[in-house]
Amino acid sequence: MTLLTGWGRTAPTPATLARPRSADEVAALVKEIGADPARKGNGADPARKGNGADPARVGHGSRGLVARGLGRSYGDAAQNAGGTVLDCAALRPSWTLDPESGLVTASAGTSLHDLMTGLVPRGWFVPVSPGTRYVTVGGAIAADVHGKNHHVDSSFGAHVRSLTLVTADGSARVLGPSDDLFWATVGGMGLTGVIVEATFACVPIETSRMRVDVERTRDLDETLDVMTATDDRYRYTVAWIDLMARGGRTGRSVLTRGDHATREDVRGHVRGDPLAFAPRQRLSAPPRVPDGLLNRATVGAFNAVWYAKAPRERRGLIQGITPFFHPLDAVAGWNRMYGSRGLVQYQFVVPFGAEDTLRRVVGALSTRRVVSFLTVLKRFGAGTPGMLSFPMPGWTLALDIPAGVPGLAGLLRVFDEWVVAAGGRLYLAKDSRTSASVVAAGYPRLEEWRAIRDAADPDGLFRSDLARRLRL
Amino acid sequence: MRNALGSVDTVLLLGGRSEIGLAIVTRLVRDGASRVMLAARGGTVPEEELARLRKLGAEVHVADFDASRPETHQALIDTAVDRLGDLDVVIPAFGVLGSQAVYDGDPEAAARDVAVNFGGHVSAGLAAARRLREQGHGTLVVLSSVAGVRVRRANFVYGSAKAGLDGFAQGLGDALHGSGARVLVVRPGFVIGRMTEGMTPAPMSVGVDEVADAVVAALRSRARVVWVPARLGPAFAVMRLLPRAVWRRMPR
Repeated sequence: MTLLTGWGRTAPTPATLARPRSADEVAALVKEIGADPARKGNGADPARKGNGADPARVGHGSRGLVARGLGRSYGDAAQNAGGTVLDCAALRPSWTLDPESGLVTASAGTSLHDLMTGLVPRGWFVPVSPGTRYVTVGGAIAADVHGKNHHVDSSFGAHVRSLTLVTADGSARVLGPSDDLFWATVGGMGLTGVIVEATFACVPIETSRMRVDVERTRDLDETLDVMTATDDRYRYTVAWIDLMARGGRTGRSVLTRGDHATREDVRGHVRGDPLAFAPRQRLSAPPRVPDGLLNRATVGAFNAVWYAKAPRERRGLIQGITPFFHPLDAVAGWNRMYGSRGLVQYQFVVPFGAEDTLRRVVGALSTRRVVSFLTVLKRFGAGTPGMLSFPMPGWTLALDIPAGVPGLAGLLRVFDEWVVAAGGRLYLAKDSRTSASVVAAGYPRLEEWRAIRDAADPDGLFRSDLARRLRL
Repeated sequence: MRNALGSVDTVLLLGGRSEIGLAIVTRLVRDGASRVMLAARGGTVPEEELARLRKLGAEVHVADFDASRPETHQALIDTAVDRLGDLDVVIPAFGVLGSQAVYDGDPEAAARDVAVNFGGHVSAGLAAARRLREQGHGTLVVLSSVAGVRVRRANFVYGSAKAGLDGFAQGLGDALHGSGARVLVVRPGFVIGRMTEGMTPAPMSVGVDEVADAVVAALRSRARVVWVPARLGPAFAVMRLLPRAVWRRMPR
């Protein structure tokens, strides 16, 4: 048994870790665990699947399995207490690029970091990159991840042309956007099967740099106004909010918006190959960090400096991929900075027109001086047909809060109510603390998803702590 | 499943009429627990308790449970799993507190009560622990007592059963180490409540609410032992060392 947590390092549970190295080994493992006699008679009532029907037998088979990539989901999505977790990052990373079409076919264990270091020098970029490169292709599809280009390009699933899914019967099914199971798998948090391979469309680039405009706003309303008015001029946009600012400055932000730089843009800035990309990890968080390092004083000071050092307005800045897309990837294990109790990510989306909900949340956080190191606001565009896919047109806000903050549970429950009342929802890949009813209210297609999942996995073989906690 | 902030989803209370047990369950439900089973003899739990918990938003199940019939305990745990799913918190809160004077004259009654206060907890605790081990998470809350930390002549039948229970709980906790499941040993002092009505409170006595608050706080943390009030911990570190000749003279 191995004790596993998500990136937030909260609520650890033990599981048997299996390390399949190929799609065939995945299929064999799925068959083996599915055939464990401890599972027999376990699927009669779908509401009770995966509970381990026969208590006389203590076998990992009765608790099912779930795939895990690089463990960047913040909560318990890739944990399976008492069961099996497939470490898919061990799947031999491999990918091929069709230079004519820009289509990449990659094994599910390939990380976006591997892909980028290979693709960028050849003039291609991944269609969507979340805030870290250290996610696998399988995880990117299962969480239907989004990036700074969501308002233009939607989420990862929108770019997937086909995927291979090992389902509960141990067979490998090749699925495309015309299949219901495909859209139950995109955003399906690994609960429909194990993704072993995918083909998706990449984006041509001329250089490995970004041409970036940075500007500051005075308060939340100005942030919303500027983003609404001019986000569409850029492929990538995001706002960082200084939550420690209060009063009339509540919601003041630094907007960072840009596009892939052309060769013309970087002339005079970059010597040598404009497509060169060889990222290095320079820093590593210490293995043990005293609790309470990130507190009101330190985060407040950091935020004030960060805001102050951002230019009032600066256009045409040339930046590399890491500082623009993945600033935190420069520090390995940054999640350890939150101390032994870990951190909670809270990310929600509310539809356009529900800006008041956004104002209330930002106001409440700011008034109570809740410590959030990285508060990020983003305007979403169209979602995908993924039934449990998170993004929808509207505003999404992501908070990083130390799990030890007093009163946090109650405050976030209040936010849950506001978000659901506004027609919004929470991001499952980030969640570690909400309730089944909040998820059901936020994902109106949950029943439809369940029906498709139950057809593909009638005995409830694919289970995770997240699935049990939220009764998915 | 216990979530990142320590809230739980399902609770099984054995001894469904227990004042302390219900106080803990109420707090857990307020804190987000959505499915509860109250197991009591004859399956009878006061209607107002059920209504109160349901009003707080919980789905409440009731089951028949007899602490003195260990042969039924495994089946009860299975029923609970069937209704609730994974068991996040199991609280065996049943027990009887008879007077030492009565026990002195009725050895059979003494043995019967010990069978409930100790034996019943052993069978129910082991059945629950087996399930918690299998599911890889969950907490068994064992309501021990300072009466069992060092047994006093004033109530040595009750005290010795609690001493046995305390040792059982510690051993079970160690046996579960590494499984993801844990045992939380609760050692309250004299609890002023229904069970002790008519008795004179001892020093450092506590109310039911204080005990429940301490248990809920300990469930959020990684604690394995909780004294209520907390200062009883150091106090008993000293009392354990008192010579027998002195301890014997303890009035209560």
